[in-house]
Amino acid sequence: MSKLDKYLRLNQMPHFACPGCTHGVAWASMIRAIDKLGLDQNKTIMVCAIGCAGRLPVYLDFPSIRTPHGRALTVATGIKLANPKLKVIVFMGDGDAAAIGGNHLIHAARRNLDITAIIAINEIYGMTGGQYAPTTRKGKFASTAPFGMIEPAMDICKLVEAVGASFVARGDVYHVMELNNLISQAILHKGFSVVEILTTCPTQFGRRNKIKNSELIKDIGGITITKKQAEKLSENELQNKLIRGILVQKERPEYIEEYDKITNFQEEGSLK
Amino acid sequence: MNNKVLMQGNQAVAEAALVAGVKVVAGYPITPSTEVIEILSKKLPSVGGRFIQMEDEIASIGVIIGASAAGKKALTATSGPGFSLMQELLGYAAMVELPIVIYSAQRVGPSTGGATLPQQADIMQTKWGSHGESPRIVICPSTVEESYDLTITAFNLAEKYMVPVVILSDEILAHMRESITVPEKNSLKIINRRNDPPPQEEYLPYKVDHTGIPVLPPFGSGYRYNITGMIHGDNGIPNLAPATIDKCIRRINNKLDKYYDDIVMVEEIKREKSKIAVLAYGSTARPAKGAVKMAIEKEIDVEFIRPITMWPFPEKEVREVANRVGKILVPEMNLLGQVANLVRQVIEGKAEVVKFNKVSGEPITVEEILYQIEEINKKQRRER
Repeated sequence: MSKLDKYLRLNQMPHFACPGCTHGVAWASMIRAIDKLGLDQNKTIMVCAIGCAGRLPVYLDFPSIRTPHGRALTVATGIKLANPKLKVIVFMGDGDAAAIGGNHLIHAARRNLDITAIIAINEIYGMTGGQYAPTTRKGKFASTAPFGMIEPAMDICKLVEAVGASFVARGDVYHVMELNNLISQAILHKGFSVVEILTTCPTQFGRRNKIKNSELIKDIGGITITKKQAEKLSENELQNKLIRGILVQKERPEYIEEYDKITNFQEEGSLK
Repeated sequence: MNNKVLMQGNQAVAEAALVAGVKVVAGYPITPSTEVIEILSKKLPSVGGRFIQMEDEIASIGVIIGASAAGKKALTATSGPGFSLMQELLGYAAMVELPIVIYSAQRVGPSTGGATLPQQADIMQTKWGSHGESPRIVICPSTVEESYDLTITAFNLAEKYMVPVVILSDEILAHMRESITVPEKNSLKIINRRNDPPPQEEYLPYKVDHTGIPVLPPFGSGYRYNITGMIHGDNGIPNLAPATIDKCIRRINNKLDKYYDDIVMVEEIKREKSKIAVLAYGSTARPAKGAVKMAIEKEIDVEFIRPITMWPFPEKEVREVANRVGKILVPEMNLLGQVANLVRQVIEGKAEVVKFNKVSGEPITVEEILYQIEEINKKQRRER
């Protein structure tokens, strides 16, 4: 029995993820971060939506809510407004966060509520059978891109930074020790924090692109580089590379603190 | 004490929501309901509540569902185009049994239609707009005073039965100003949802007792359970076993049945020898009631019934009327006769349903309804 078992709904095992799926690596990193920070299991709320990433709360023993596709951040916003003392962690896939829920992501980052959004990027819609996502790289194959992807992939980190996210980090399932730390830092950050995690989907993405899972993971490990490594590379060498680590970390007024200050917010029951 | 106040329909909803105990309000600007969020954005902080203007109506209803999961009373306000966007999460709220209140002031549709003009064409949407089958309570006020009183009722019903409640108003009523009597606060009954779950070891969120209504303790209060829009068993975990699907769908859809008498409200002017009944709702009930009174003065045997609760539909009361009268006139501000069709379905041929529909964006007048009553009366006399 692992010391992390207490965070799991063990009676729901075995979990549904495919053999070789690395979403589990991302989930495990998140649990390790929660354990390290000693968060109160009763007051840490897991919010997810639809897709492989959305299935997460079923296996985690926290108060948890699974919303319709793309709506996780809206429900998380409501939980936080109702009770700012709760820790709210939103775990989403790339389709969830960047496609159907893209507008909510933009505005959540802009508002800067104290919520942690973890986005698992596997470049594919796994649950529905391998359709392309806004994050699928050009030239990759998907069931709805049988001739190869022609749309450019979306950089979620740049997007949320542009609208004002106060903490943005990128990690991957190859550099797990770094990932544990990134998630801890994101949860500790006061404000809206985003952690993009590159994961792999051997069943839908790997199979369609004829890449073995071990190669997929190595590929991810090779795509991401640290800021230090990036400094040594030429612009040409930086093509098709993604920087991992903390990309943005700044202090910005948190939404509810600002709201309560400006409205002279009165605690429940005490009329002005 | 006589507490008379001049109030606008939207304002009445906002003021009553505060009295009912609303703590989180989210909305997106839309005519003709915007005053509700304007007023609440100003007043909520002083009662320990928070307002947020979201990026769209989908997000707005998402916020109030989240707030409800955290145990707070929550409201959003909208009109047809926004209400269309909310359908996805309205069905979700009904499925996961989190109480929320949605105020929708109907305007001319379809599509963008006419923002500042009235219509009554969203009746079916309130019940059937979301995919699948799920319960909700829909209430149609017809005066500003009722907009106030029924907003409190809406919160009470939502909390008591763990169900989304829609206050379905229309542009006329939303923007109308009337003198209303504001009830004394201590005379009001304010209901909060049950929070008496068994200990966590025995607790299953959707295992219901004799009431048939689940107890969902607020997130953060010490209970760890899962809420999902997927078909779920008593434990709140997705489960697609045929027996679980059957039980889940039946339970959520049937849970209000035994509370019919507590939920369903009608207003009636009953007369012993009536041969005609006028059935009207919302702001159209006002000229309809006036026309019925004038027809009675003209010695026409006519009576009046107004569904205040639209869903569940007041079947018992409408059937009782149909058993006594020959014809039921249903004036409404839509083209296809949404409620007239519903009446026809419910009374199963016991009386003839006569539609009167107006979709010019103008209110139906007393004269128009009186004329219809007189025509039906003449025809009935000829037939006799």
